[in-house]
Amino acid sequence: MKRGAPLVLVVDDFAAGRELCAEYLSFRGYEVATATDGAEALNKAFELEPDVILMDLSLPAIDGWEATRRLRSDPRTRAIKIIALTAHALEAERARALEAGCDEVVTKPVIPRELELVVRRQLGRETTPAEDRASERGAR
Amino acid sequence: MGVAHLDASRGSRGSRDPVRRLALTDALLAERDARSCALRTLEWLREEAGAGSGLCLMLDPDGRTLRGLAGLGVDGDGVEPMKIELSQSTHPLVVAMESREPVAMEAPGESGRRPPPITPLGPIGYTIVPLSAGARDDRGQVGLLLVAGAEGRSLDEEVLAWAGGRLGVRLAALAYSAARDAEARRRREVEWLQGVIEAVTDPVLLTDAEGRILVANSGAEHLLAAAEEAAEGRRRAVALNNMLFSASLFTDTEDQRPRRRELLLVNPVDGQDLLLELITTPFPLGKGETGLVSVLRDVTDLSRATAEIEENYRKLRTAEAEVRAERDRLDVILNAVLDPVLVTDPGGNIVLMNPPAERLFTVPAPSRDRESERRVRANDAVFTSFATDLYAGRSQRWRKDLTLSDPETGVQIPMEAISAKTVTRPGQETAIVTILHDQSEAAEKALLYDQVKRHSDELEERVREATGELADQNELLRRQALQLEHASAMKSQFLANVSHELRTPLHAIVGYTSVLLEGMAGPLAESQQEKLKRVDSNASHLLAIINDLLDLSRIESGKMPVRIERFPVSEVFDEVRTETESLIQASDLEVHFKALEDLPELATDRQKVKQILINLLSNALKFTPAGEVRIEANFDRTGDQVAISVTDTGVGISHESQQTIFEAFGQSASYFAPSQIGTGLGLSICRRLAKILGGDITLESEPGEGSTFTLVLPRQLEIV
Repeated sequence: MKRGAPLVLVVDDFAAGRELCAEYLSFRGYEVATATDGAEALNKAFELEPDVILMDLSLPAIDGWEATRRLRSDPRTRAIKIIALTAHALEAERARALEAGCDEVVTKPVIPRELELVVRRQLGRETTPAEDRASERGAR
Repeated sequence: MGVAHLDASRGSRGSRDPVRRLALTDALLAERDARSCALRTLEWLREEAGAGSGLCLMLDPDGRTLRGLAGLGVDGDGVEPMKIELSQSTHPLVVAMESREPVAMEAPGESGRRPPPITPLGPIGYTIVPLSAGARDDRGQVGLLLVAGAEGRSLDEEVLAWAGGRLGVRLAALAYSAARDAEARRRREVEWLQGVIEAVTDPVLLTDAEGRILVANSGAEHLLAAAEEAAEGRRRAVALNNMLFSASLFTDTEDQRPRRRELLLVNPVDGQDLLLELITTPFPLGKGETGLVSVLRDVTDLSRATAEIEENYRKLRTAEAEVRAERDRLDVILNAVLDPVLVTDPGGNIVLMNPPAERLFTVPAPSRDRESERRVRANDAVFTSFATDLYAGRSQRWRKDLTLSDPETGVQIPMEAISAKTVTRPGQETAIVTILHDQSEAAEKALLYDQVKRHSDELEERVREATGELADQNELLRRQALQLEHASAMKSQFLANVSHELRTPLHAIVGYTSVLLEGMAGPLAESQQEKLKRVDSNASHLLAIINDLLDLSRIESGKMPVRIERFPVSEVFDEVRTETESLIQASDLEVHFKALEDLPELATDRQKVKQILINLLSNALKFTPAGEVRIEANFDRTGDQVAISVTDTGVGISHESQQTIFEAFGQSASYFAPSQIGTGLGLSICRRLAKILGGDITLESEPGEGSTFTLVLPRQLEIV
């Protein structure tokens, strides 16, 4: 592992949702980066190579579906876990997201605690990074 | 007359002249019959030997009788009847037949000698000259020449003897050739007879009186004769035929009439019966005997033909009877027909009428009413004119409208006349049959028909107008339907958009409330926590409303996806209990889940069943202040359905409200406590989901006593 904690890139043009998510994941011990549109998301993804991307779908310019397809088509970013986070509740939208290459689709609204459980599941982790650190400190 | 003297001077001189003798020889050779030869000889003797008269007798071919042949200088009528039987052995002429030399007979009375036999020569002396057949002929004498000398002349015996010899030889030769010719002729005749008999195809045979066959043709032999080597069957058939034939021969032959009878014989070749007609004619066989000529004619075919003719005759009689019956029937029919029927001959005369026709064309005898008679004549004129036209025309059938008048009343009758020519042989018209049909009624009907048709046309016009309006309305409806469809799609899109736009801020509300309650921003005072929970609860409610709207939109646009899986109802019960645990605990009610032991697994959309049950249970908990809620699952084996009922002891639902409770936004105010106002979409969505799963939700309720909602589902959902 090149970093101590997993890096999550939170992509959302809606500031409240983006910041809530970023703040909560930091609170739970993750490294967090954010992006406000699809282009920025792509740049940061190639630059930072995050472990997980929480991808809002309805984004200005390059939307979430397109961004996901591009990430999936590049070998450097192909392995990144991408969790779509969307206010679209219809099945057709979920299907489009999975088709574009998302690993999982979460419909808004979702409480941050449950969202973190999804991230953890995608990473194959039992615990949050914060809990890991706490238990490491306790062991020391 | 004195004794005949021989005149040697002239007679012997002339008669001994070889040239004179040659003349006789030539003359005899030139003659072809015995009588001429005899005359030549007698004439020669008169010239050369001094004969005055003479007579020639000739022996019959049978050698029994001497007959007169020719005479010279005698009464000719007496010659031919002369007949002396040789059996009179003492007769001088018979005796002379034995002599080879001339014998002189003295005239009667000249001496005491026995007088010569009377001859046509008269009572004079004469010399008998035997006519010898010749030295080499063993027949001896063939006749006699009786020669008397001329007045005062003597006869030269030597010349007589020579001439007798010449004539004898010549007569013998002629007799021989005559006999030979006769034999040849007889033989030819027999051959002809045989040929004729043979040529007859019918069996012909000659029999003697005893039935012995004398002559038979091959047809008769076929029936009555069989060779020794012939087959046994054939020989027996022939023997039988002989027996039958002999038995049927007529033995009495007194009169010479032909007799006929039928005779049954057997064909010796194939054993079939042969019916023969036997015609027997007696004929004289000679020697006093009678023979029979029998002709057999095969009438087997004839009898068959006779039978056929009889059969044909019988058929003819039957046909005749049928024709008569047919004619009787025709009469009956004609008389039964109410329309007038007339039959006219080619001359235009009426030959047959039925009673209705008689009424029009004949005046009734008793009432000699002038007026009706005039009408009858008018009718007749009209009909005659029609019939004349028909004869002039070439067509076989003819139709025309005639106007006749009723002879009694004078009422004009429009008639349709239909005529047909009856033709027995091509081109030969025998009669015209005419049927008159009263059209008064038809005319009335036509009038009626016109009226009906006019009304019908009017009606049709109205229908056409109405149809036009309907088409316009249909077009309008079609447009409206398109607009509605479009509006519905717009609504669905709008709802989807609203859902999206509402969720985004709600996400933030729910999220921040949640992180605050989790203590991310530090510990909270109890009152703060309590108020944040209120925020959270209302946010959840808002989310439920948004989800309901979205479900309704999905259902209405037909886009509600269905995923079928197989699961036991008890599992769904557990899930429902878990998800409503907080509500149940908050309600203070007793909730019982009960599934039948042997309840089969459901194969349907698990999530939708769960959604419906949660909704029904939530409602029951909401509207039941006290008591219990029972959730029971049963199986209807006959309908292959599972029924899950949710029964509460709550406020119940009024009968009016029961009518509208499943409609969207149909929850009545009375059903809800003021604090529990919802969207009114829950039950509507539940029922629609149930229908998507092939089932339904029913309701039984009494106000104040509680309600039972029952979800009925097919055990196995079939996707069409």
